[in-house]
Amino acid sequence: MTVFGWLQILFILALVLASVVPLGRHMARVFAGERTFLSPVTGPIERGLLAAAGRSSLGPQTWLGYTLAMLVFNAFGFAFLYAILRLQAVLPGNPRGLDGVDPLLAFNTAMSFVANTNWQAYGGETTMSHLSQMAGLTVQNFLSAATGMALAAVMIRGFANSGGDRVGNFWVDVTRVTLHVLLPASIVLALVFVALGIPQTLVASVDATTLEGAKQTIALGPVASQEAIKLLGTNGGGFFNANAAHPFENPTAITNALEIWALLAVSFALTHTFGRMVGDIRQGWAILAVMAIILGGCLVVAYSAEAGGNPLLTALGVDPSLGNLEGKEVRFGTSASALYAVATTATSTGSVDSMHESFMPLGGFMPLLLIKLGEIVPGGVGSGLFGILVIAILTVFIAGLMVGRTPEYLGKKIEAREMKLAMLAQLILPATILGFTAVAALLPSALASLANAGPHGLTELLYAYASATGNNGSAFAGLTANTPWFNTTLGIAMFLGRFGYIVPVMAIAGSLAAKTRGSASAGTFPTHGPLFVGLVTAVILILGGLQFFPAFALGPIVEHLLIPTGQTF
Amino acid sequence: MIEHLRPALVLLGSLTVLTGVAYPLAITGVAQALLPGAANGSLVEVDGKVVGSALIGQSFTAAKWFHGRPSATSAPDPNDATKTIDAPYNAANSSGSNLGPLSAKLIDRVKADAEMLKAEAGAATVPADAVTTSASGLDPHVSPAYARLQVKRIAAARHVTPDVVEALIAARVAGRDLGFLGEPRVNVLDLNLALARLDPS
Repeated sequence: MTVFGWLQILFILALVLASVVPLGRHMARVFAGERTFLSPVTGPIERGLLAAAGRSSLGPQTWLGYTLAMLVFNAFGFAFLYAILRLQAVLPGNPRGLDGVDPLLAFNTAMSFVANTNWQAYGGETTMSHLSQMAGLTVQNFLSAATGMALAAVMIRGFANSGGDRVGNFWVDVTRVTLHVLLPASIVLALVFVALGIPQTLVASVDATTLEGAKQTIALGPVASQEAIKLLGTNGGGFFNANAAHPFENPTAITNALEIWALLAVSFALTHTFGRMVGDIRQGWAILAVMAIILGGCLVVAYSAEAGGNPLLTALGVDPSLGNLEGKEVRFGTSASALYAVATTATSTGSVDSMHESFMPLGGFMPLLLIKLGEIVPGGVGSGLFGILVIAILTVFIAGLMVGRTPEYLGKKIEAREMKLAMLAQLILPATILGFTAVAALLPSALASLANAGPHGLTELLYAYASATGNNGSAFAGLTANTPWFNTTLGIAMFLGRFGYIVPVMAIAGSLAAKTRGSASAGTFPTHGPLFVGLVTAVILILGGLQFFPAFALGPIVEHLLIPTGQTF
Repeated sequence: MIEHLRPALVLLGSLTVLTGVAYPLAITGVAQALLPGAANGSLVEVDGKVVGSALIGQSFTAAKWFHGRPSATSAPDPNDATKTIDAPYNAANSSGSNLGPLSAKLIDRVKADAEMLKAEAGAATVPADAVTTSASGLDPHVSPAYARLQVKRIAAARHVTPDVVEALIAARVAGRDLGFLGEPRVNVLDLNLALARLDPS
C-alpha cells in the first residue's frame, strides 16, 4: 500500500461525501413532487408524458396498486427487450451484421437488465448490435434504476406518512426520477467522458495497420452515453466484454475516479433524502455511517491483499512492489482497482475495472462478501436504501427483545407482520444463492463451465449465484456462463433476487404507512446515535456471516490458507 | 391490472425514445461536432494511415520494438468456429485471463516468461506488469520499470547505444494524473512511434 494509493481513495470518497447533501436534497424534492431547478426544461416533457399516460392513472396508489403497476411496467420492459435482442439481425442499427441473440441468452440478458443486474453472459462487442445496446440495454439501465429509486421513495413514505394507505404513484415517480435525476446527470457525465477520451460514434469498428504490419480491428461505438447511465444507475453492463477495464470505457485514472464517484453518488445521497423526508436528517447520517464503516473495512482488506502481490509469483523472481497485477491495468494499479472492486459490489453495479477472478483470495473475498451482505452499503440506487431499512427494522426488533420493549423505528411500531415480511425478504438471498450453488456443484455439466479448479472453482460458482441473486452483475468471469444451465438458473436467480425481494418489502412499506406515527418518549431507543450505528453494523455482519460462513470457509478462506503451502490447481 | 396497461405502454414507449434513441444520438451529435478526435477512438495516423489508437495496446513481438504486457485476448479459430485461438491484443474481443491466484496455468506461464525476460535483460527480478496479463488484454501501457528492462534488447537490435533508448523512455514517462491518481506509466505505441522516427528504415 502506498501513500498515493490511500490519497486517491480518500479523494474519491470525499467527492462522494461532498455530493450527498445537494444530491440528496434534490431527490427529496423530486420524490415530493416539488419544482426543481430543472423544472423549466423538464416540466413540459413531464406534463406531456404523464398526460399521455392518462390522468386517471396518476392518483395516489396503495402499496399493492403501486407494486402491480411496477410489475406490469417491468414485464413489458422485459418483453420489449427480449424481442429486440431476438430480432436484432433484421432490425436497423446493426453495422456489424450480428445474428439475433439465442433464446436462452436473450432471456438471461433481458432479465438481467430489467432486474438492474447487468450480468453479462455475452461479450458486448461480439454479440450486441448498436440498436440492442441503445434502445434495448441503455433504456433498461434508466428504467430499472428509476424503478429502484421509486421503490425507495415508497419505503421512505412508509415511515414519513402518518396513517392512510397511499404510498405515492408509480408512474409519476418513475417519470420524475428519469427526467429530473438520471437523464440530466447522464447527459453531463457522458459529455465529460467524451472530453476525457471515451468514444461516442455510430461506427462499429476501425481497421488499423500496426507498426509491425498486422491488421488490428478496433471495436467502437456509442460508449460514453451507455457508460454514464450504467454507473449512475448502478447497472454495470459494459459496452465491451472487459467492461470498465477496457481503455475505451475507462481510459485514465481521472475517468476511473469519476466512474467510482458516479456509481456511489446516488445511493449514498439517498440516505440524506431519507433523513429529510422523515424530518430528521440525523437518521440519514446514521444509516450512511453504517454503510461507510462496512465499506471502509472491506476496502482495507482488499487493498492490502492486492498491494502485497502474489507470493507464488514473488518466488519466481517477480518484483512485488506493484502488487498483484494479473487482471489489472497499469494505469489503475492496485489501489484504484481495489476501490473500484469494493465500490461496485457494495452497490449493485457490477461493472469492473479489473478482473475479480484474478484477485488474491482475500482480495476477491471482499467483493463476494459485500454482495452477500445484501448490497446495502450503500447498495443499488433505491434498492440499497430499502434493503438497509429492512435491516434497521430487524435491528430495532432485536434491540427491543433485549430490553423488553415494543420495538419502534421513527415512531412506527414494528410488529409481527413487519417482522415476518422482513424475514421472508431476508431469506430469499441465502436460499437462492446456496440452493443453486449446491445443485450446480453436483452437476457435471455445470462443473464443465469452471475455469479454475480447487477452492477457486467453488468460489466461481458462489460468486455467480450471489452476483445474480444480489442483482450485481460482476463475475469471476472465467466461468463459461453462456450455457443452457447457467442462462436459465442465473436468470431465475436474478428474478427472485429482485422481484421476490421487492414484493415483501413493499408490503412492509404499505403496512408502515398505515400506522400512525408516535412521538418519541423517554423510553424510545434513539436511532441516530453511535449505539444504533454499531448495532445495525453488527446485525449486517452477523446475519451475513451466519448465512454464508461455511461456504466462505470452503472457498476463499481455505484458498488463502493454502498460499504458504505453494499448492497450485 | 387493466388500468396499468395504458400508462405502462405509453411510458415504456416514450421513455425508450427519450433514453434509448434521443439521448445516445444527441450525445453522439455533440461529441462528433465538438470532440471528434476522442469521440472516434483517439486514432493515431502516420502519413494519413491509421496505425492504431492511442488508448489501445497492440501486439509487438520483434526484438526492435518495446513490447506491451502479455495479453489474454482470443479470436475464433478460422478452422473451427466453435473453438478459439490465442490472439493477443484483439481489439474486437477484450478479455482478461481470469486465472485464479493459485492457478497452475498462471504459475507455469509466469515462470516461463520471467525466466526468459531475466535472461534477456540480465536482471534478478522482473516488474509485475511484464509477466501478468491485463484485465482488458488491451492495456496500452507498461510500467516505467518494464520499459527500462527492455532497453538492452532494443538497443542491440537497432544498433544504437542504450542511452538513446533510455532518453526516449525518460521523455515519455507519464506521472500520476493530477499528481496522485493512478500509477506512473509509459504508452507503448507512443514509444514505438518514437523508435520508428529514430530509424525510418
